[in-house]
Amino acid sequence: MNEASLIGLFVATVSFAALLYLAALGELLSEKAGVLNLGVEGMMAIGAVTAFIAGVELGNPWAALAIAMMSGAALASVHGFFTVALGAEQVVSGLSLTILGLGLAAYLGKDYVGQPHGTELVPVEWAGLSDIPWVGPIFFSQSPIVYIAILMGVAVSVVLTNTRIGLALRASGESASSTDSAGHSVLGLRLSAVAAGGALAGASGAYLTLSLTPQWAEGLTAGRGWIAVALVIFGAWKPGRVGWGAILFGGTLALKTRLQTFGVDFSPIILSMLPYVLTLLILLVISVRSRKRPSPAPAGLGFPYRREER
Amino acid sequence: MTHSSSVVDGNQFAVHLSDVWKMFPGVVANAGVELCVRRGTIHALLGENGAGKSTLMNVLAGVYRPDRGQLKLHGQVHSFRNPADALSAGVGMVHQEFRLIPSFSVAENVVLGSAPSLIQPRQLEAEVAAMAKKFGLRVDPTQPLWQLSMGERQKVEILKVLWRDASVLILDEPTTVLTPSEVDELAEILRRMAQDGRSIIFISHKLHEVSGICSEATVLRQGKTVATSLDMAATDAAELARLMVGSSPVAPDRPEVATPGDPLLELTELRASGDRGIDAFSNITFQVNSGEIVGIAGVAGNGQRELADVIAGLRPSTQGSVTLNGADVTAARPQQRFRAGLAYIPEDRLGVGLAPRLSITDNAILRIYRQQRRGPFIVAEKALAYCKYLITRFGVRSGDPGGPIAALSGGNLQRLLVGRELDGQPSVVVAAQPTRGLDVQGVKAIQDLLLDQRKAGAAVLLISEDLDELLTLTDRLLVMEGGVIRGEFDPRTVSRHEVGMAMLADTNATTR
Ligand SMILES: Nc1ncnc2c1ncn2[C@@H]1O[C@H](COP(=O)(O)OP(=O)(O)O)[C@@H](O)[C@H]1O
Ligand SMILES: [Mg+2]
Repeated sequence: MNEASLIGLFVATVSFAALLYLAALGELLSEKAGVLNLGVEGMMAIGAVTAFIAGVELGNPWAALAIAMMSGAALASVHGFFTVALGAEQVVSGLSLTILGLGLAAYLGKDYVGQPHGTELVPVEWAGLSDIPWVGPIFFSQSPIVYIAILMGVAVSVVLTNTRIGLALRASGESASSTDSAGHSVLGLRLSAVAAGGALAGASGAYLTLSLTPQWAEGLTAGRGWIAVALVIFGAWKPGRVGWGAILFGGTLALKTRLQTFGVDFSPIILSMLPYVLTLLILLVISVRSRKRPSPAPAGLGFPYRREER
Repeated sequence: MTHSSSVVDGNQFAVHLSDVWKMFPGVVANAGVELCVRRGTIHALLGENGAGKSTLMNVLAGVYRPDRGQLKLHGQVHSFRNPADALSAGVGMVHQEFRLIPSFSVAENVVLGSAPSLIQPRQLEAEVAAMAKKFGLRVDPTQPLWQLSMGERQKVEILKVLWRDASVLILDEPTTVLTPSEVDELAEILRRMAQDGRSIIFISHKLHEVSGICSEATVLRQGKTVATSLDMAATDAAELARLMVGSSPVAPDRPEVATPGDPLLELTELRASGDRGIDAFSNITFQVNSGEIVGIAGVAGNGQRELADVIAGLRPSTQGSVTLNGADVTAARPQQRFRAGLAYIPEDRLGVGLAPRLSITDNAILRIYRQQRRGPFIVAEKALAYCKYLITRFGVRSGDPGGPIAALSGGNLQRLLVGRELDGQPSVVVAAQPTRGLDVQGVKAIQDLLLDQRKAGAAVLLISEDLDELLTLTDRLLVMEGGVIRGEFDPRTVSRHEVGMAMLADTNATTR
């Protein structure tokens, strides 16, 4: 194991962490508003494929990112329409969204498989900082999306705790009837949260095709959407904790492909189970603790709201 | 005494509702209701459970849209599409079930819906504290809500309305969760708010409470107004009671004196915890004999619900024993107790008693599905036949037995549930609030069924908040307060006053 490969491991850890963090932040927004969206994997796939296509066709990475976010939001809004506006079962709709998203992505991208990428988000070079040994390559030569992810984390946290809209959004996930009688539109809040969540999942997908693996192939998302869903639980629905969790889970993803090169005799399959095992442990802790205090999960998560129903 | 408002000019009223209709599937909750509330007064809205009080106030607060009717505030016509509309017109409501968020702080709960676009928690908490102080409401804005008592939570609800500077304040049965000294405190707060020029609508079905607090009263019965703007000072309690229940309250005839047989249900030094982990009741010892009805009276929340759960096997006891027909069932599961002859009519009909999304037939066989099967499969014809039998025998008015149970009206739901539980000739019947919220006929039907059980030799335990029901139906009356039995009375000779005193026993010592 040499210095370069160790640095490589950390660089990849940060990249994967950002990938997971963006998607998890989106899921967190949606869940905070009371809507479980199990379609993250599908929304990421749509984000990835639309970003790739837009990159090839338009040649502008930022336009590609914007289109990926809009596509993610549009797909999420399908879920929003069924679960929020019509009150459909969230788990069923979310799972369908994953299948729909993966299928749609495969269909849209079938002519682009194996094509060279049209454009790429070039890593940001921070004057002076990027040249610092270790710290420079790991933190200051990353794709702009990594910095966007960090900014989004701060933004989501500030919006949720320090703004009127954030308070209302959290309230609609805790108790829809209370939010409604306080004069907020539960429908509006939930639909926007779901759409915003989709946009972030779309951005996460775009990161794959615009920076990490700049080409399109079916199955590119490789289950990372599911890790993002688990990450929200692992981070107890708190943006900061989800961030630390993202680094931990991102580390397992980065390590998985490098075990061989490091000469460690440990099955990468077991490593990829780690995020889920950790999440189960956290669930255990939460449910033991919640005998004394409310669980950190939004109390109204999964329940549709109809005003005149008892 | 004015029984109508048509003679007075509507402009002088803070609230004027006329001809309000609201229907729910199978129920007419409001049928042409009138309500006039004078500015700066505390107005009582009276009526029995199910009279339509909450529905009417939900219409005024923009939660329900009326099917018909006019709504005027300070002389101006309004039509609310949602609670936000009502709030911006100055109407605030404290719901019977609080609309609060346990994981939020007190301050966050107060400002929800009218928070500034940017929130600085510390500053907000200071502002809420200042407002609480101004109105004499003692709560700590930084505390998470789940740590608060019911009385404190109600203060948070009132603060919410004050924070929005509402001119019309609706309180739906605000005293059910309060201790007597908290009730006095609430009255004081409300008087201060009325002096401030706010108009307050105070819903209750307890007469003695409103007489001291309210100046005028409107009485609803079965969705209709039977009196508007009665002057409380000029109306005596008997008159109000008559208006609330109608001229001929259909109480069943007092049953013949029972000759109780063997004890069928025996509780010995029973104790159990409530939802919050502290003792819900302790040291409960009594027995119910064959052929008698034993009543348990008490203000809601004094351990009755938990006691019923423990007898049914839905909640573990922490001490003592339960004996059914001489067999110790303390550790038995609900199904085993059912087979040992216990019938349980739970307080929460749709939540515990029935499965709302299943069909009427499925609900009917929920207890005895084992008898309706061939091998592992339920036999549909048998199940349907049994359901039809229950429907006819217990007079359930229903449509298609394959339709969802939630479509039935309250009274018919209860008939089906009670019928299902009583059909197997139980030896012990535990009924928790079996007539609550039912119309007059429904109440009579259920009471008659309980009396039939008594005649058939069952031991019946009736837990109720309706003192009149207990006094006419039971053979012995126990009063529960603070989780213990405060006394046993003979319902044939005891006065309401005596029972009432026992229900409030020691409350002055236990209030915080
Ligand atoms: N949301 C609802 N859906 C169906 N029925 C309802 C609903 N709300 C109230 N009802 C019915 O309307 C009637 C009046 O209820 P309510 O206004 O709650 O009475 P009160 O507050 O006077 O006790 C009852 O029969 C009740 O079952
Ligand atoms: Mg009510």
